[in-house]
Amino acid sequence: MDEGQTPEIEIAEGADVVTVTLGGAWTLADVTRLDADLRALPSDRPLGVDMAAVTRLDTATAWALSTLKSRVDAAGQSLEIKGAGPGAASLLQTVGEAIPIPSDPAEPPFRMSNILADLGEVVAGALSFLLALLGYFGLFLISLFRALRHPRDFPVTALVHHCEQVGLKAVPIVSLMAFLIGVVLAFQGATQLRQFGAEVFVVDLIAISILRELGILLTAIIVAGRTASAFTAAIGSMKMREEIDAMQTLGIDPAMSLFLPRILALIIMLPILGLIANLMGLIGGCVMAWVELQISPAMFSTRLVDGTDISHVIVGMVKAPVFAVIIGVVGCHAGMQVKSNAESLGRRTSAAVVTAIFSVIVADALFSIFFAQIGM
Amino acid sequence: MGAEGRDIVVSIRGLRNQFGSQVVHEDLDLDIYRGEILGVVGGSGTGKSVLLRTIVGLIRPAEGQVTVLGDDVLAETHDPGDEVEGRWGVMFQDGALFSSLTVRENVEVPMRTVEGLDPDIRRQLADLKISMVGLPYFAGDKYPSELSGGMRKRAGLARALALDPQIVFLDEPTAGLDPIGAADFDTLIRGLSRALGLTVFLVTHDLDTLHAVCDRIAVLADRKVLVTGTMEEMLTVDHPWVHEYFHGPRARAALEMRDAQSGLNGG
Repeated sequence: MDEGQTPEIEIAEGADVVTVTLGGAWTLADVTRLDADLRALPSDRPLGVDMAAVTRLDTATAWALSTLKSRVDAAGQSLEIKGAGPGAASLLQTVGEAIPIPSDPAEPPFRMSNILADLGEVVAGALSFLLALLGYFGLFLISLFRALRHPRDFPVTALVHHCEQVGLKAVPIVSLMAFLIGVVLAFQGATQLRQFGAEVFVVDLIAISILRELGILLTAIIVAGRTASAFTAAIGSMKMREEIDAMQTLGIDPAMSLFLPRILALIIMLPILGLIANLMGLIGGCVMAWVELQISPAMFSTRLVDGTDISHVIVGMVKAPVFAVIIGVVGCHAGMQVKSNAESLGRRTSAAVVTAIFSVIVADALFSIFFAQIGM
Repeated sequence: MGAEGRDIVVSIRGLRNQFGSQVVHEDLDLDIYRGEILGVVGGSGTGKSVLLRTIVGLIRPAEGQVTVLGDDVLAETHDPGDEVEGRWGVMFQDGALFSSLTVRENVEVPMRTVEGLDPDIRRQLADLKISMVGLPYFAGDKYPSELSGGMRKRAGLARALALDPQIVFLDEPTAGLDPIGAADFDTLIRGLSRALGLTVFLVTHDLDTLHAVCDRIAVLADRKVLVTGTMEEMLTVDHPWVHEYFHGPRARAALEMRDAQSGLNGG
């Protein structure tokens, strides 16, 4: 361990030479002071630096002395460094040679057109993103048709595995969510409808809103959060470790072995999950209607069968495969965009979740308009 | 081996490392002398990296004593913050740079612990370290993911050197580099070690690095440091693994190359 010698600096301004005498241990902690002192030196006379009493010199101090030398040289004066030991001298030389010449990149000037260009870039980026998603959907369809023509290539095991991951393991969370939504709807509906003495319509309210919209939409949102991120993370980490490149060199088509089973599993499982969500939502509503409004389950089911058209269920379930494709394609596409660093994996995963949820809601809005137009 | 009078900076006594039932080190002794470049070699799984991690305090051994610069790093009273005082630097295999910071910011991270250091000077010192490890000026503005493997290693070394440590630990500095890049890195380590008076602890598989850089070699085998000594001394050891390692075809090629080079330089 070095003995803690305090660094000392002494400046003697002679008539024709300025002498700086350094002593003690100079380290990084003192370089700010040293640099300020050295910058304050007069530049109209030759300089001498005496380092005979220096016990320790680090690169930071050597840097301060080397920059002093370049300043003195620029001012047309001379600098003489005396008393440096062999170690200090070699350090000074190494540092002096290593001092980088900043090649400051010219800042691009600020212009209004830059903002416009940025905006254009964002729009073009969004469009090409949509095209890329469409491309992945096409890739999925091609693999699907190929799998139909060559059933032996079809990855059945992977499909079953993903069905379990995507569907079966999501059943508890989806059921609980739908049950609670049913409860909330019944409770809120009851409070409002009681004012008009129209409590019994709470059954219609629950049935239509859950069967038509909420059951499948909320299921899709939960699945988007769970599954789109899982797809991106799984495919992305394979991309990161060059596993996908390895697949391609081995003649395995990533679309066939990775995308097809995942997206197909979603298409199969999302309607089932939606059906479970519908059922649980109705049960939740039924329980709450019974507790809050004394509508018995028998009355609830009679009212449900009489008052709710089957078309509501159809309208709800038709959306499921579309949502499934959106979630699957977004997740797989984002996974393939992962670069070779872990940071991009995290960024892509969260982007995939946001994109999937957003797209599902946009698609749902489009469906609403569509069904309103055709009068369903 | 004729080094009794030298200043010992790292001393390891009776080290025992164990993961579950698997004993990696048992009764391991090793000394590192001031100013030397010590190369640690050993087969895969002999615990070279584990030894490095133990010395820098990332792994707590089951038994033993590790003294670095007169300080018992395993003592309960030992404050891990002490290391930040710039007494050692570690370069991990792939640089282990913080991915959310640029190279310059990475090098500045250890310097931020120094009180009263002017941010502008800190920046310039970081640029100096980046230049000293042989990176171009513009590399400072890049993020680690934008650099090649060799450049990341150099940037990792720049960060390890940020506080002018007395000891640097390098984990496989030339692994994954092309022969020219590896040779450059060897020269860099040698040059920096001489210019800055560094003590270097180097884990490597690279026989060329051992020839070109190391003053002394420690061979890890049978859960301990089997033998230490210079390259010439290694060639006379007749332990089967050591013999195989230093007399294998790759070792002969590296030796011939070195002889040819010293012949050119000497003659």
